[in-house]
This record gives sequence, structure tokens and C-alpha cells, in this order.
Amino acid sequence: MADDIILSASGLTKEFKGFIAVDGVDLRVRRGSIHALIGPNGAGKTTCFNLLTKFLTPTRGTITYNGRDITQRKPADIARLGLIRSFQISAVFPHMSVLENVRIALQRERNDSFAFWRSQSTLDSLNGRAHDLVQAVGLIEFIDSLAGELSYGRKRALEIATTLALDPELMLLDEPMAGMAADDVDRITQLIRRVSKNRTVLMVEHNLSVVSTLSDVITVLARGKVLAEGDYATVSKDPRVLEAYIGAHP
Amino acid sequence: MSDEAESVGAGATLDVEPVGAEAILSDRAARGKSLHMAIFAGLAVLLLIAPFLMYPFFLMKLLCFALFASAFNLLLGYGGLLSFGHAAYFGMASYVSAHAAKVWGLSPELAILAGMVTAAGLGLLFGALAIRRQGIYFAMVTLAFAQMIYFFALQAPFTGGEDGIQGVPRGHLFGIIDLSNAMTFYYVVAVVFLLGILLIYRIIHSPFGQVLKAIRDNEPRAISLGYRADHYKLAVFVLSATLSGLAGGMKAIVVQLASLTDVYWAMSGEVVLMTLLGGMGTIFGPMVGAAIIITMQNYLASLGAWVTVAQGVVFVVAVLMFREGIVGVVSKWLKKPL
Ligand SMILES: Nc1ncnc2c1ncn2[C@@H]1O[C@H](COP(=O)(O)OP(=O)(O)OP(=O)(O)O)[C@@H](O)[C@H]1O
Ligand SMILES: [Mg+2]
Repeated sequence: MADDIILSASGLTKEFKGFIAVDGVDLRVRRGSIHALIGPNGAGKTTCFNLLTKFLTPTRGTITYNGRDITQRKPADIARLGLIRSFQISAVFPHMSVLENVRIALQRERNDSFAFWRSQSTLDSLNGRAHDLVQAVGLIEFIDSLAGELSYGRKRALEIATTLALDPELMLLDEPMAGMAADDVDRITQLIRRVSKNRTVLMVEHNLSVVSTLSDVITVLARGKVLAEGDYATVSKDPRVLEAYIGAHP
Repeated sequence: MSDEAESVGAGATLDVEPVGAEAILSDRAARGKSLHMAIFAGLAVLLLIAPFLMYPFFLMKLLCFALFASAFNLLLGYGGLLSFGHAAYFGMASYVSAHAAKVWGLSPELAILAGMVTAAGLGLLFGALAIRRQGIYFAMVTLAFAQMIYFFALQAPFTGGEDGIQGVPRGHLFGIIDLSNAMTFYYVVAVVFLLGILLIYRIIHSPFGQVLKAIRDNEPRAISLGYRADHYKLAVFVLSATLSGLAGGMKAIVVQLASLTDVYWAMSGEVVLMTLLGGMGTIFGPMVGAAIIITMQNYLASLGAWVTVAQGVVFVVAVLMFREGIVGVVSKWLKKPL
């Protein structure tokens, strides 16, 4: 049972100058599941992501990944363990092409990223895989464009391709569909479902229809605390959840 | 031809589109590169004929500063790090090379190498401490270290205080080639310059350069992909300092003088000016900026202190007219990185 859990947090707390953004959160993400983290604006979802990936240091609490305590690790090392995140605000490399964006992720495993004397044409061997990933997120016609010139929704799609390029064991997606057109939402939903076959996904998402179709488990966060947890049917009927949402959206 | 045959032979009918797209891609990359190679070829021809049109001594000095600005731009334009203390590496290398050539009697290439090693060491030390800070704080820390170097140069006995190290011998390259001949020396400097620029070009277009650009564009994202950003920043800092040391050491042999001017904060400012004027983050911009500034200093020398004012005016006009710098604007027009 215990090794079924890929990522767990216990008593996770983050205080910003007296303001408690995340307050004693216990989280257990089951291996192979799609786990959604939802909650009203300002509930602490992004802060949770930042804590789990060590972009923020928790005030209290511990984080365990694959049975290993990672509370003291650095963010780049977390990534190297196979836990890759995306960002709520679109995070592409704007002055690099779509292909290069994906390739930068593929490049890491080559271990020649300090080779300043070598020509970058050695990276061309990665173009095939980069191409496939770009195609998978529907950006093939933009493969040569600068990432900064893409529309917001396409940037999000590119981010997912870049994240997938690292073949993460656990993927943390912070509102991957935000700002996407409806048919893009469908495509990315399909894609997440497809790629989640052999990995675990923890995602923050406001689009409840996406959440209901994709996720196995939903954790509801409000004011930094876990309010409810369970499948969509359970959570959506929970009166506390309804109240939290209504309370936050007047 | 054989590639095509192979992929057809593989028999996957749906492979046609991806293969086509990849071909287009590599074609584009190749065209960008061939433009750069054409410019490099033009530059080589220019370097070849320049001493027949202008004083070799002036040209050598110009090339030293053009290399310095390009080395600085490697850090600012591609590493996204604004150092306001690059005079430390340029100037200390200048002192050490001058001392090594004059007092130790080393041949010029070894004297310059000594300067480069010094600059690399300083870059490693100061860089490791400075990259912990971001943005303006990074600039301030680098400036503070450079001021320390300035006061060291002012106090240390070997630097000659206000007089500097004068009468640095040019000597014989590899102990054979006599550099007292201006034309010979010029071509040696031109070759070193071109190799230095080509090395910078390669660094920018290497697997390392790709990661560097990614970190410059979006550091948290690069970290989230597993890149330890600080290690890359330190590496580019040391590379930039070392190449600045090459420029500084060579300058000491060229003008036969190492002085406090080389380590003064104004020198740090001047290299920022050159880079921004020519276009930061462009390959050819910093050398254009350096050429303009050095030419102005040379021809307006009679104006005395007014040279600084003239420089300021040129800079303000340039910034107002083309914010991306001269080459930056041209690059935008052509829609091609230069
Ligand atoms: N660096 C910070 N300093 C101070 N307060 C912060 C900081 N980061 C977040 N907060 C606060 O913590 C709370 C939780 O923010 P967080 O971004 O985690 O919410 P969220 O659930 O992701 O919201 P949204 O749905 O709007 O993305 C907010 O009230 C926010 O203002
Ligand atoms: Mg958020």
C-alpha cells in the first residue's frame, strides 16, 4: 500500500510574513493516477506546487517522493528525479523556436550541456523526437516560429510538449488549459489522458468538466487547507466544497 | 539522396510529412548559418586589407576592444547577466601580461596566457559570489569587486601606481616571430581576434549556448527542466572573464602599457556602452559598437574632456533612435539573427 504512493506531503505549511498560504496540508498522490487539485482563487494551489517542487521552502512539513525525503532538495534536483512541473503563467523560452523549446528538454539526458566547444548541430539528432512531441500537441505548423510569437493557448500546448519531453514519472501541471480555445482543450485533455498511461499526473485546473473527465482523485483546497478529497461525484456533492466555491465567487 | 531512399525503404507511408518538415527545418538553420559565415568571410577580408587603409596600431587597439566588448556581450547578451565590473578582468590581465613580458621576460603568447589565467581565476571567484544575486544587485556586486581590484592596482607595488607599467616589450611570438614589425604584429592580432570571435560564436551555438539562452529567457522554467542554472551562469561568467583577459593582455602588448585606466570603473562602463550601442545579444554588434567608440576617441582626442560628452550624446541619440543597438536594428529589419 505504502509504495503505491509516489508523492506524499505531510503537514505542509507555508507562511508569508505571518500570512499562512498553505496550512498543514496532507497529500498522497497514488502512482499512475490523475490527481486534481482544485479550489477557489487564492486557495494555495500554486503555492503547494511551488513547495512540492522546492521552488519555495516549506515553513513546516515534509515531502516524500518515491519513499525518499526530498524536503531539503534543490528544484533542479527534484526535476532530475523525474518530477517535472509546468507553471501557471505560461513558461516558454520566448526567443527560441518551438522546436528548440522542446529540444532543450530532450537535451538534458545527453549530459553534454556544458560542451561549449561543440557545435549545436550535434543536437539535430534530437529533432525527430522533438518533431513528434510538437505534432502531438498540434503545433506542427508553428515548429519553426519563435515561442514568444505564439498565442497564449499555443504557448500552453508547447509547455506541455516540453514537459513531456522529459518523460516525467510525475507531472505537475498548473492550470494547463487556462486560456485555451475549446478544441485545444479537447486535444490537450486527450493528450493528458494518453500520456498518463505510464505516469502520474497532479494537476491544478479550474475547468471542472476537464477535472471531472480526467481525474481519479480530487483534492479540494480552500484557504490553505484541505477541505475534501475523493472522486468527482463525492467531492462535487460535498456541502463544504459548494460553500467554499460560492463564498469565493460572489 | 541516400537518406531519402532509406526513409522510403523503411516503408512507413505516413513518414512523408515529418521528413519534409525536418528537411525544411535544417534548411532554414543552414541558411542562417551561411549568412553568418558570409559575414565572417567579409570580416576576414576586411581585416586583411584594413592595415593598408588605416594605421595598424590604431586597428590593433580597436580589435582588442572589439574582442573585449564581444566577450562582455557573451555574458550580457547570451547569459542575461549585466556585469558592471568587467574592467577587473580586462585590466588585471593587462597588468599581469605587462608584468610577465617586462619583468619575467616571457614571450608575448605566454604573457597573454598569464593574463588570461589571472582573469579566469578572478572570474571564478567573483562570479561564484556575484551570481547569488539577481539583476541590479548582481551589477552592484560585480562593481564592488572591480573597485577592490582598482584599489589593489593602486596600492600594489608591481603595478607602478599612477605611472602603470610602461615600455612593455613586444618581443618575439613563440620566440621566433618579431612583433616589432607593425604589419606582422597586426596580422597576429587580427588572427587572435578572429579566433576569439569564432570561439564566442561557437559557444553561443553549442549545446551549452542553448541552455544558456533558455536560462536567460526563463530561468525558473530551465530549472524546472532540471538545469542547475547557477552552474551555467558561473561557466559563462568565467568564459567571459577569460576572453576579456585575452583582450586585456593583448592590449597591454599592443600599446606597451598597462595602467589604472584599464581597471577603472569608467572602462567597465565603456564596454557596456560599446555593447549596447552595437546591439547586445547580437554576434556582430559589440565589435561595431567598439569600432565607433574607439574611432570617436581617436579622432576627437583633441577635444579633451569633451570626448566623454560627445560619447554621451552619441549614446543617447543611439538609444533613442535604435533601442536594440545598430546591429540589433539591422537584424530586426532583415528578420535574421546577426
Ligand atoms: N510570494 C508570496 N508572498 C506573499 N503572499 C503570497 C505569495 N505567493 C502567494 N501568496 C498568497 O498566498 C495565497 C495563495 O496563493 P496561490 O497562488 O497559491 O493561490 P492559487 O490557489 O494558486 O490561486 P489561483 O487559482 O488564483 O491561481 C494568496 O492569497 C496569495 O496572495
Ligand atoms: Mg495558482
